Amino acid sequence: MTAFTAIDTDEQAEKDDFTPGVEPQPTWCPGCGDFAVLKALKGAMPEVGRTPEETLLVTGIGCSGKLSSYFESYGYHAIHGRSLPVARAAKLTNPGLEVIAAGGDGDGYGIGGNHFMHTARENHDMTYIVFNNEIFGLTKGQTSPTSPKGHKSKTQPSGSAKDPVRPLTLSLASGASYIARTAATNPRQAQEIVKEAIEHDGFAHIDFLTQCPTWNKDAKEYVPYTDIQQDDEFDFDVTDRREAADMMYEAENRLYEGEVLTGRFYRDEDRLTYGEEKRKTGEMPADPLAERYFDEDAEWARTADELLGRHT
Amino acid sequence: MTDTLMWRIAGGSGDGIDSTSQNFAKALMRAGLHIFTHRHYPSRIRGGHTYVEVRAGEQPVRSRGDGFNFLLSLGDSFARNPSEDAYYGNEELKPLTEHLDELNEGGVIVYDTGLIDEEEVAQIGLEERAEENNWHVYPVDLRELAREHGREVMRNTAGIGITAALLDIDTTYFEGLITEAMSGETQEQNLEILQKAYDRGKEFDITHDLRVPEGEHDREMALLSGSNAIAYGALDEGCRFISGYPMTPWTDVFTIMSQNLPHFGGISEQVEDEIAAAALALGASHAGAKAMSGSSGGGFALMSEPLGLAEMTETPVVLVEAMRAGPSTGMPTKPEQADLEHVLYTSQGDSCRVVFAPANVREAYDQTRKAFELAYSYNLPAIVIYDQKIQGELRTVPVDFFDREPTSGMEGVLSEEELAEAAHDASGNFMRYRHDVEDGSNPRSIPGQKGGRHLVTGNESQEVGHISESPDNRKAQMDRRMRKLSSIREELDEMDATHQSYHGPSDAEHGILVWGSQQDTVFEAVDRLNARGESVKALGVSDLMPYPETEVTAFLESVEECLVVEMNASGQFRGLTQRELGRFGPKMTSLLKYDGEPFEPGEIVDGFESSLSGGAELSGNVRLEPAAGD
Repeated sequence: MTAFTAIDTDEQAEKDDFTPGVEPQPTWCPGCGDFAVLKALKGAMPEVGRTPEETLLVTGIGCSGKLSSYFESYGYHAIHGRSLPVARAAKLTNPGLEVIAAGGDGDGYGIGGNHFMHTARENHDMTYIVFNNEIFGLTKGQTSPTSPKGHKSKTQPSGSAKDPVRPLTLSLASGASYIARTAATNPRQAQEIVKEAIEHDGFAHIDFLTQCPTWNKDAKEYVPYTDIQQDDEFDFDVTDRREAADMMYEAENRLYEGEVLTGRFYRDEDRLTYGEEKRKTGEMPADPLAERYFDEDAEWARTADELLGRHT
Repeated sequence: MTDTLMWRIAGGSGDGIDSTSQNFAKALMRAGLHIFTHRHYPSRIRGGHTYVEVRAGEQPVRSRGDGFNFLLSLGDSFARNPSEDAYYGNEELKPLTEHLDELNEGGVIVYDTGLIDEEEVAQIGLEERAEENNWHVYPVDLRELAREHGREVMRNTAGIGITAALLDIDTTYFEGLITEAMSGETQEQNLEILQKAYDRGKEFDITHDLRVPEGEHDREMALLSGSNAIAYGALDEGCRFISGYPMTPWTDVFTIMSQNLPHFGGISEQVEDEIAAAALALGASHAGAKAMSGSSGGGFALMSEPLGLAEMTETPVVLVEAMRAGPSTGMPTKPEQADLEHVLYTSQGDSCRVVFAPANVREAYDQTRKAFELAYSYNLPAIVIYDQKIQGELRTVPVDFFDREPTSGMEGVLSEEELAEAAHDASGNFMRYRHDVEDGSNPRSIPGQKGGRHLVTGNESQEVGHISESPDNRKAQMDRRMRKLSSIREELDEMDATHQSYHGPSDAEHGILVWGSQQDTVFEAVDRLNARGESVKALGVSDLMPYPETEVTAFLESVEECLVVEMNASGQFRGLTQRELGRFGPKMTSLLKYDGEPFEPGEIVDGFESSLSGGAELSGNVRLEPAAGD
């Protein structure tokens, strides 16, 4: 008996089921890379066999955060940088949910960087999509944590003196167990990677290059791109941390030289998820916590019986 | 003649002062006495002067009292600076020297000559001071007693044995506790040391009159702290998720919950910071668990934004805030009541939250339960604000007080059957935020439920959850959310037992207003004042948002003048009362204390008399702030 019959149903959802029936007018500019994330996500969901009502999409703030408005599912549009802590607690409370978090590069690698590091470390079974356009878009074009060194903006008029964040390297060092980079200009690969990330048991991080045609005009449209799995130049073992680290370093360097390397950078299928680890230590209930509040037969222990004896 | 024992054990942080005092308190409770404890400790791991005071009486004890009458000074075995001219003074001696100013006339001093050098004691003029104050001094080598029959760390037990001998306490109660808590050689040695020390104590020529009072309980008692009560209230109300980051003094509640939640089938998460801690609690709550988080001042500041998100998205959550002396890092282990405005108003936008300030163990349990109940039926955040005083003090409460039924299930949510009947938009989205609900509160659906999908957002939203900046919708949604507070006020006013506490004759001429942890100390002062012929009553306020307008108005109207007692420098509660009621400014004088120590009843008695006559002396580090217009 479950109070959540949408979870693990036999129903088969179609791509269109993830489009709101009354579709809000998107706030994204024409040509924005964010449309590609939405499309890839809608395309991947039926492939992984999940339906809107068993999916929780938690988003941050910024243009990317609007994703939850244009994607039909349970949505939680949180605050800037905090999508991950909201999402991971939801997963712990009801592990049957498909939990996806999404936000921009400022959201994930800047203000929410601490949460990114720790959520990756804990290896929660969820997917995190970072819309990386190397700029703050919604606030109208300021330098972001991934903006290239020397990038000029209204807030860095003489050009950024900082090296950009290395999102893939950071993710690996933090402990993510699936790390990929794709680009809005590569819809087929994007959908495949989103699908793999959702299917992966553990924390799957996608650095999704999404061009901002309005505020990052001098930035490339992320073409031409190279799929590192398809190109003979890059022969590395995606399951080997050291080789993956080298490949990431290379890809991060080349992006700023104008070469877009995308694909799967790291995968660890053996590592237990956080839920599994916590269950092993006896600190996670066997049945989903969320079910208990709807279960009339559930037993609720009393502190008077369980704990008061130690105080008498 | 004193009717209560006020026993103080002092030593170095890490010397086992806290656990020894707990055992001492528990033994006296079992002997039939009512207990109140007060903890004082430094912000470091080992060393540094620490003490715990145990007050025990035949009648229920409400506060730590004024001063104390028995000092067991163990010296500081972790002292790093055993020299008088060190920057922080001679730390080794502090467990003796730091207490003499507060020891009452006729008091008893026991100190460990194994650690405290008798020559140095002579240098500080203990003998002369003892003579002046009629103190009775019993030097004894506790360390040697412990070494001889066990290990040096057991000198605490030796101190208990001496105390028992000097006060005529039956050692059976201590033996019982040692037997329950220890086994094998440790148990045998401690029992031996207890007995040897008792015998040694009886060899003294006992010159003091102080003895342990006699009492008898008519029902079984338990000894608990406010932290216990908050945690147990949360568990009994069905809380099964906590997320947090350590910070004194909130850590206590976090620890108790973390240690017990696995057994109750729940989840505890220690996370990277307090922003995450609060956000996790929201995520867990959104996904269908009763969840809590909490912190102290600085950590709670980091929770401001998730707190606002909870208000806007109408995600229920309970947060607790354990105040300590601020601003900034302030004094981490010292109590203060200066975070009231912080907790009421922090986060952008108009506040829409419930805030309760319990005054003692019973209120902490009851009001934590009520906080969960309201949060989860009205879908908003509720905060329990308390301080380092309530967190650490142990008090005796009848066991049957806790004989309550736990709350199962969750209010404020719809089942799938109910969702099937509920309103949806053309997209099939559940109408989560309807304007037209009378009490302002809409039930929610939980992710994974069929028929419940909708968007939740920190932006202003339409009835179905989508972002909207329409002026008409905005006003309707703001009005509706704020309406929850007036509905909650009505519900609280209709409860059988109000959260506010009254003390003293109802027709008294003068009033004292107090909130949170200082309430019971004020009540003790009220008794003394009335015994002296004054005409005083007190009102202890726990509901801070929504404010108990009717009750406080009636109280203030019924008195000529009112003293407002609180532990902060700017009279925050008096300000709140004036703001909420819009009058009574000229009636209210503040009595403020913010030196890191809670009020003693005597300071309130003196403060009251000074505020009336304008001439009487204030005692302690307190300050009177005249009424508006004075």
